[in-house]
Order: sequence, then C-alpha cells, then structure tokens
Amino acid sequence: MNGLIASTDMKKFFFPLLIALLPTTGHAKLNVVATIPDFGAIAQEIGGDKIKVTSIARGTEDAHFVDARPSFIRVLNQADVLIEGGAELEIGWLPPLVNGARNAKILSDAPGHVILSRGIRLLEVPTGSVDRSMGDVHPLGNPHYWTDPGNGKIIANTLTATFSRLDPANAAFYQANLKKFDERIDQKLAAWTKALEPYRGTKVVTYHKSFDYFLDRFGFELVGTIEPKPGIEPSPSYINALIPRVKGAGAKLVMIEPFRPRKTPQYVAEAVGAKLLLVPTSAGGNEKGKDYSSLFDYDVAQITAALKESK
Amino acid sequence: MKISYFWPEMREACELGGYIHRKHVLGSNRIKAGKPLAWSIAFLLIVTAAQAQDASQLDKLNQQIKQLQEDFQKQQRELRENFERLVREQQAQIDALKKQLEASKTNAPAAVVQPPQPVVPEQRLSTATVGTPATPTEPWSPTAPIRIGSAQNYINLSFDALVAAGTSTARDIENLQLGGHDPKQRGFTVQNLETVFDGKVDPYFRGQANVVLQIDPHGETTIEAEEAYLETMSLPWNLQVKAGQFFSEFGRLNPTHPHTWDFVDQPLVNGRFLGEDGLRSAGARVSWLAPTPFYSELFFTIANSQGGTAFSFRNEHEGMPFLGRPSTDRGVKSFGDMLFVPRYAASFNLTDAQTLVAGVSAAFGPNSSGGDTDTQIYGVDLFWKWKSPNQHAGFPFVTWQTEGMLRRFEASAFPGDLVTPALPRETITDFGLYSQLTYGFRKGWVMALRGDYVFPDKKALYETIVGPDPDRANRWRISPNLTYYPSEFSKIRLQYNLDHRNLIGTDHSVWVQFEFLLGTHAAHKF
Repeated sequence: MNGLIASTDMKKFFFPLLIALLPTTGHAKLNVVATIPDFGAIAQEIGGDKIKVTSIARGTEDAHFVDARPSFIRVLNQADVLIEGGAELEIGWLPPLVNGARNAKILSDAPGHVILSRGIRLLEVPTGSVDRSMGDVHPLGNPHYWTDPGNGKIIANTLTATFSRLDPANAAFYQANLKKFDERIDQKLAAWTKALEPYRGTKVVTYHKSFDYFLDRFGFELVGTIEPKPGIEPSPSYINALIPRVKGAGAKLVMIEPFRPRKTPQYVAEAVGAKLLLVPTSAGGNEKGKDYSSLFDYDVAQITAALKESK
Repeated sequence: MKISYFWPEMREACELGGYIHRKHVLGSNRIKAGKPLAWSIAFLLIVTAAQAQDASQLDKLNQQIKQLQEDFQKQQRELRENFERLVREQQAQIDALKKQLEASKTNAPAAVVQPPQPVVPEQRLSTATVGTPATPTEPWSPTAPIRIGSAQNYINLSFDALVAAGTSTARDIENLQLGGHDPKQRGFTVQNLETVFDGKVDPYFRGQANVVLQIDPHGETTIEAEEAYLETMSLPWNLQVKAGQFFSEFGRLNPTHPHTWDFVDQPLVNGRFLGEDGLRSAGARVSWLAPTPFYSELFFTIANSQGGTAFSFRNEHEGMPFLGRPSTDRGVKSFGDMLFVPRYAASFNLTDAQTLVAGVSAAFGPNSSGGDTDTQIYGVDLFWKWKSPNQHAGFPFVTWQTEGMLRRFEASAFPGDLVTPALPRETITDFGLYSQLTYGFRKGWVMALRGDYVFPDKKALYETIVGPDPDRANRWRISPNLTYYPSEFSKIRLQYNLDHRNLIGTDHSVWVQFEFLLGTHAAHKF
C-alpha cells in the first residue's frame, strides 16, 4: 500500500519533470536571438508571430559592455538565428556565449548567423596606420550604424532574406511585412527629415561616436566628443581644451545616451552655451522609444524641441 | 585568394542563370508544342461535331470549341506573362548579385575610405532569395588582432604581461604566498608573461594554447606550457569535448588565468589544496548543457593524476615530506589511478540586473603517500553580480564570490626510517574558504575586499609525533585593494594583505601590480 502511494507520488513528481526535460521538437516558430534590441525590434516587425525574438543587451545599456550571462548560453543553444551587429560591436562578450552554446545553426559560417554590418556602408573606416594609442578604434569602421533609419531598412531586408531562406513556407509573409516596414520607415523618414530640415548644419557634441550615422542622415555636424578617443575617459585638461574649440565652432547641442555620466557633459554644455540632451540610441532605451521607429520619433521630437527653444 | 571568396556567389549566379536558361527553353517548347496539340484536339472535336446529326448539338459543340479556344489563349497569355515576370525577377537578382560582387570588390583592398553617404534603397546588397549574407569582405587593418595567415583569421595572438612590486614584513616571503605566480620577494616580480594563441582549427574544433614565461626569485626564466587544448564546436546532444592540457573545471577561480583575477595573489585555499599552479593536467573533459529552462551544465574531466599541478594527488612534492610523510610515486596501474573531476554549475537571473552562478565540484584521485591511498577534494562556489541596467562601459557593478573546499587525504602508514619516525595510517581532513567583494564604482575604478581562512578538522596523528605542521595550521588573511583600469588593455592595482599564521605570527604586505595586454581584444566570460 505504502509502495503504491510512493510510486504514484514518484510519477507525479517525475512525469512533469520528464516533460520539462524533453527537447521541444516539431515545426515551431523560428527562434531568433538578437544581440541588441534594435535588431530584435526590426526582426519582430518582419517575423511577426512566426518567430520568437530574444534580445541579449538592454536598450538602456552600453552595447560594447554587456555581460555574457550564462542564461544566454542556453538561449543561444536553442536559437535558429543569431543576429549580430558585427564590426566588433559585441567582440567583448559574444564569442564566449557562442562557444558555450554548441549550436551548429549559429556558428560563424552557418546560414543562421547574420552579421548585419556586412551589408552596410560603414563610416569612419580607418585609413593608414592605426593602433590602440588612438583608443579602442574599431578597425572595420563605426559599428553604431542602426542610428540611421535608412540603415534600418537594409537591416530589415537582410533579416527578411534570412528568415525566408530558413523558413520558406512563410517567405511571402516576411516579404509582406518587409514591404509594410519599408513603407512606414519611408513615410516616417520623410517626416523626420522635414522636422529637422530647419536645423540642418547644427553643430553638436556627443559623448562617444555613437550618433555619427544619425547626424550624417539629418545633416548635423559633429564638432567634438566628450571622450578624447573612443573608449577613453576625458581628463580635465582635455575638457578645458575641448570647450573653447566647440564653442568656437558654434556647438548648439551636447547629445549623450542616457547611460553616460552626466557631470562632465553638463559642465561642457554650460560652458559652451549649448543644451544637454539625453538621446537614447537603442530601442527600449527609455519607456517612450520602445521599438525602432518610436525611438526616432522620440529622439527627433527631443532635438527639435530643444533647438526651437534655443533659437 | 579573393577569387575563392566570390566563388559561392558566382556559382549561385551561374546556377540562377542556368535555371533561367533551362526554364526558358522548356517554357518555349511547351508553347510551341502546345499549339498543334490544341488544334488537333479542336480538329477532332470539329470532326466529331460534323458527324453529329443534331443541329443543336452542333451549336453546342461549336460553343464548346470557342470556349476551348478562349481558354487556351488565356492560358497561353498567362503562361507568357508568368514566364516574362520570372525572367524579370531573375534578371533583377542577377543584377543585385553583380552589384554585390562589385561592391565587395571595391571593399576588398585594406583601408578604403568610405565617404559618408546616405544609403539609398537601390544599394541594398541582398534580396529576398539571394544566398549567403555572410560575404567576408572586411578589409584587414593594422588594429585588428595580429593574425597569422594572410588576411584570414587563422590564429589570434595576444600577449599579456603581469608584473608586481612590493614588500612584506614576513621573514619567509616564499612561504607566505602560496600561488606560483604570486609575488614572493621584496622588489619586483615578473608574475606572468602569457602568450595566447587561439582560433578555429577546422569546422569541428577551436584550439587554444597559453604559453607562460615567468622569472623566478633567482632571476631564472622558466617556461610553462600552461594550457593547450582543442574544444569541439557543435557535437550533438548538447555535448562538448575538450582535450589536451588544461585547467580542470574545479570551482570558479581554478580554471582562470592570474591576469583575470581581482587580486594580486591566489586565495590560500587554492594554494593549500590545489597547489601553487592550480589543478591542471593533460586529460579530456566532456560537458553537457542540460535542457533546463535556466543555464545548467555538467562537466566531467579525466586527467593525469601526477605532478605538481595535481598537488594533493600523485605528487612527489620535490622530495619534501607532505602531511608528515615522504612521497613515492606509485604509477598508474588501473583506470582508477587517474584523476576524476566532476562539476555541476547552474545560473539564475535573479532580477534584470542580478545574476547568480552556483557550482559544486569534486576531485578524486590517488595520492603518493602509499600504494592504495586516495585523496578527495570537494568544493562549492557561488558568484553573484549586480550590474547597473544603465551601465556605461560596464560600470557600476558589484560582485560577490565565495568558494569553500574540503580535502580528505588518506595517508598511508609509514614504517619509519633514519629521517622520519614510524607513522600510523590515518585520514587527514582540512577545510578552507575565501570570500571576496568587488565594487566598480566609476568607469575604470574597482575597490575590492577579500577574506581567506584555512583550517584543519583536528590535529592529525602524525602531528602528535613530529610536531604541528604549518601547512595545516589555522591561517587567515584580509586583503583590501584598489584597481584602476586606464583602458580595457591595462591596469594598475594596489593591495594590502594582513596575514595571520598560527605558529608563525602576523605579517603585513603591500603589493602594486600592473598589467598590459597586446593583441586580440579580450572577451570576458561571465
């Protein structure tokens, strides 16, 4: 009698455990892992309910310094697609995760591993001799290219191609979503360009060189950075030299991501007579810019409001 | 060299072309063949119709023929339209591929200035059905890691130098510091000059080798083949195999290299149980990533059990007595004389910003105190990290790391000789733990505090005969430090150790440590 009770208890305990341990098979959704939420947000718009998206980095943090939390090894182990920014954006944390994941689908040459930078014209590809005395210069060019919504369309296009190849049954669906995405971005892009048109040529200072593609798209001019060199913190003497230089150039805005320290940028902005603006560069960077296009909605609104005021 | 790059695209383009070509031929044949066939059917129908007696039937037939003709023409039109659309589409794809080829050709030479241009949609490099997106067209540049083998990533090379300077009140500094790479003399110590080679071996393995140079207190340069192993990349069933010479996955600190440590020196418990150079041997390890909703991994290592890097096992301790007894190597007679190191680790994301990693490890193997004696070491480790969800360059963060270990050493009876008295057989149990806290309070700045404690279970029988053993005595150490990282590639650290050894006394040490790293950008394991 006791034995019977024990065995049913065992069944009760082990059966769900067994089910939990069974690998999920069948023709499920494409399991997509994106390194940063912007790629994840675009993937979601293309894939809709046919894919499941996980983003590793948060929109609120510095994409170069994300922790390789072990939970992501498990996430990558299950992935059908890995979307990487490339151009050394994730070099400090992605390789150990991919090594640990032991998933042939996302190894560097597998069709499920997308490196987005390869389809994009990168800015600031170094010419001539460069070394690390120049800071952490990315030898392949500036990797913050998603801050140009035009590049967002290229990203969407690449992802559509990948999803269609891996899941041909839904290719038409992805294609239709791409069309919708493109139309919306085109429409929005026209509106953003129009809103920023009166301020074309505005001189700005940024913290890191993470806004260059955005500035380039809307005709703003970068006249200085708070960092003396990529990844290197400013010294007081550098800041003292920066202030007259950017003041002379007529800087109107100091644009930094919300996660940067505020003190030095605030000091520079005050000394120069410019306005300090917190501008997220990633989807989910604050509660207003949840997806790829609302990120730009928010940023453009912020910038126009600030410049209208200072006029 | 470049040709081979473009080969897949070219092949694909050719295949596409061939496909279109075949399609074209087939399609037109069908059209040509179709017409007479339709007419013959029509003719047969007419003949049949003419033979029909009934006029209304004839009308009906005529109507049918008309219908048939219309249907046929419609079909033909659709066919042609479909075909033309197909040709157009394929042509567009070929054009896109050509563009991609041209684009990659212009990208190919190193360091091309790419003018800032807004990308117009026509410049898209891939279309929905075009093949692999992974066209390796990235130019090599001087800041890329030093890579050997043309512009390809055949081997990544990096060099790390770790140097310390300082002093201590201890009369016996060489016994004070238990780590092989710890500073052990007043003045400067070249702790670790490490060259790392790594890369993908082939589609199946990645390989890594760490060759370490060190300058000992006598000024002699020694070389250490610290690690050299290959690791599989995609075995089935979530398995991974590592083979060669490598640090055993025992606990959290043991498998890591000194330059990644948060302190100048090795924790006491690691030194006392796993030896000055850590637990590492030639062997093989298989690990299994369990299909749990959280991260959990099972490791199992089989390795050689001899030498200084299997410290509590078949180690002859350079002829010195260990736990009271002289050591004699007993060799390997059976599978059971190997070293076995199982480990299980799991990780949980406590919140969006907090991560916990917990592990249990063990090491089982023979020791050289006798012919049938074994050692067992058990360990638990815990690592907790908070990192701001708004981190800038990885700061701020707080970590807490703790490891506890227990060693059971079966010591064989010793008959006694001129030097050592007769000793009974006994099992000697020791404990040890360390706990450390680090706080990265602003970019590049980390302060840390570590506490060490090692202690015996009880006085061993041999100690009652030969006297108390300082290698088992109670000992604690408190180490605060401050580290500044000017960049990710350099650091300067100042550390103070308050060190108390029972039987010997209390000592104070101050060490400054600096590090530089050249070459490959280090990726950080969690």
